[in-house]
Amino acid sequence: MRNLTSLLEGPQTMGRGPIFWSAFAAVVLAAAALPAFASAFTVTNVAFFLVWVFMALGLSLLWGYTGILSFGQTAFFGLAGYAYGVASINFGDSAILGWVSVVIALALPALFAALLGYLMFYGGVRDVFVGIVTLSVTLVFETFMAQTAGPEWTIGSARLNGFNGMSGMPPLMLRFGEHEILFDGPPFFWLALALLVLVYLGLRMLANSSFGNVLVAIRENPDRAEMLGYNVRLYQLIVFVIGSVLAAMSGVLYTLWGSYITPSSMGLTAAALPIIWVAAGGRKDLTATVISTVALLWVSQTLAIYGSQYALVLMGFILLFVVMFAPEGFVVTSVKAIGTKLQRRKAMTVSRKPS
Amino acid sequence: MTSAPYLLETRDLKKYFGGLYATNGVDVKVAPGEIRCLIGPNGAGKSTLFKLILGTYEPTGGTILFDGEDITHLRSHSRVQRGLSIKFQVPGIFHALSVEQNLRIALQRAVAPAARNDEIERLLVLLDLAHQRTELAGNLSHGQQQWLEIGMAIACRPKLLLLDEPTAGMSPEETFKTGELVKRLNAEGMTVVVIEHDMTFVRQIATRVTVLHFGKIFDEGTLDDIVKNEDVVRIYLGKA
Repeated sequence: MRNLTSLLEGPQTMGRGPIFWSAFAAVVLAAAALPAFASAFTVTNVAFFLVWVFMALGLSLLWGYTGILSFGQTAFFGLAGYAYGVASINFGDSAILGWVSVVIALALPALFAALLGYLMFYGGVRDVFVGIVTLSVTLVFETFMAQTAGPEWTIGSARLNGFNGMSGMPPLMLRFGEHEILFDGPPFFWLALALLVLVYLGLRMLANSSFGNVLVAIRENPDRAEMLGYNVRLYQLIVFVIGSVLAAMSGVLYTLWGSYITPSSMGLTAAALPIIWVAAGGRKDLTATVISTVALLWVSQTLAIYGSQYALVLMGFILLFVVMFAPEGFVVTSVKAIGTKLQRRKAMTVSRKPS
Repeated sequence: MTSAPYLLETRDLKKYFGGLYATNGVDVKVAPGEIRCLIGPNGAGKSTLFKLILGTYEPTGGTILFDGEDITHLRSHSRVQRGLSIKFQVPGIFHALSVEQNLRIALQRAVAPAARNDEIERLLVLLDLAHQRTELAGNLSHGQQQWLEIGMAIACRPKLLLLDEPTAGMSPEETFKTGELVKRLNAEGMTVVVIEHDMTFVRQIATRVTVLHFGKIFDEGTLDDIVKNEDVVRIYLGKA
C-alpha cells in the first residue's frame, strides 16, 4: 500500500498521505453511488461533465507539465468523435465491433497527433507557434466538416451531414451469453467514472516518474534538458500523442453520450474552453484540473438556463480574473494559502510550548 | 581506458555567421585528465567553440571527434549521452523546481533508481547546498546557482566537463572554492575544459592553456609559457 501511494505521490502533484487518499476514495465512492439517490437527469448531466475531463487532463499534461500550449486539442476530440461515428454506424449493432470502433476512434487521432507532432517538434516549431498551428488545424477541421452537408459526403452508410452534425451512433454494449449491458444512463456514467479514475491515477504515476521529471524540466528550460542528455523533441512528441489520445477519449465519450457529433465541437469556442478550465484551476496540477473542469462545466450549465452566451462571458471573466489575480489557478492558489496558514498555526503552537 | 589519444579533438573547425568568422579553423586537442583553460578577448570565439562542441551550432566546416568518434553531426542530447556535459555561462537551472529536484533530473539518466537518493545527498554536501535542498532553485544566490548548475553538469557523470565562465559573479572566496572543486573532480578522473577570464582562477587550476583570438588558436601551452608570449600579453592579458 505504501509502495503504491509512493508511486502516486511526488513533487509534481498536490495531495498526499492518508487524509488525501481517504478523501479521494470517499469522493469516488460517493460519485459511484450517485445513480442510487440522484435523478436520471442528474446522472446523465454529471456523466457529461466527466466526459470533458479527459481532454482537460491531456491539456494539463501538455501545457501545465511540459510547457506545450496546444490550442487545438479539439481537433483530436472531433476526429475521434467522427471516426467513432463512421465506424460504429457502418458496423451496426454489434457488441464487439462497437468496441473495435472505440479502438479505431482512439488510434486514428493518435496517428494524426504523431504525424502533426513530428512535423512541429522536429521541424523546430516552439512556444506560441505550437498554439497557432494546432488552432489552425482544429479550425480547418471544423471548416471542412461544416461543408460536408451534401449526399456525396458519405462513408459507407454514414453520412457526415455538414454543419448539422452526425447522429444515430449505437451505444456500446457488453454481452455475456444471455446477459447484455447497454452503456447508457447509469452504466455509461460508471464507465466514464471508472475510466477517469484510471486515467487520473495513471497520469499521477506518469507525472511523478522519471519521465514526468523530464517533462517539467522541458517546461522550465528545454535547452538545459537537452544538455542533460534528454531527447527533448521525442519527449514532446510522446506527450503530444498522450494528450491527444486523452482528447480523443473525450471525443468518443461525448459522441457516445449524445449519439451526436458536430463540426462546432472543433470550433474556436470549443477550442478555447479547455484552456480556460485548465488555466482556471491550475494547469500545473492534475487534481486542480479535474476539480476546475467539473466545477466550471457545472457553472456554465447552470447559467446556460438563462442563455448560453452568459456562460461564455462568465468563462471569459474567470480567465481574466485568474490570469490577473491567481496565475497559478484558483485551486492551486487556495490550497497553497491554506497550507501556509496551517503551517503558521503549527509553528505558533510549537513556539508557545514551554521549553 | 580510452583508446583515442585525445578525448576531444577538433579538426579545422569553422563557424561563419555571414561575414563573421567566429571560429576559423580551430584544431584543439584535449587529452584525458587535463584541465584546459580557454582564454582570449571577448569575441575571440570561445563560447562559439563550446556551442559547436555541444551541437548548439552546426559547423560551417571541419570535424569534432569525441573519444575517437566523429560527433560533428550528432544532436546535442546524443553528445551528452556519450559523456559530454556543460555548465552554461548564464545559469541554466530549473528555477521553479527545488534544488533537490534539479539534481534528481540531472542524475536520473546516469544513476540507477536505488542509488539516486544517496547520490543526491553526496552532491548536496559536495556543493554546500544541503540546507537549501527544498528551496526553489530560483531563490538561491547567484553563486549558489552557479554551483547548482555545476552539480547538475557533473551529476550525469561526464567524461568531459565544459565550464563556460564558472566563476562569473562569484566572490574571491567562492571562486577559490570552485577551483578546488574542479581540481577534485579532475583528480577523480574527469577531464575539464574551462572558459575563464579570471587569471588567478586559471593559475589555480589549469594544466594547459589555449589562447583564442579572432576565431583562431593564437597560442597554446602551460600558463607559464603563455605569459612569456609578448603578443598574448599585448592582446589579452595587458601589461601588468
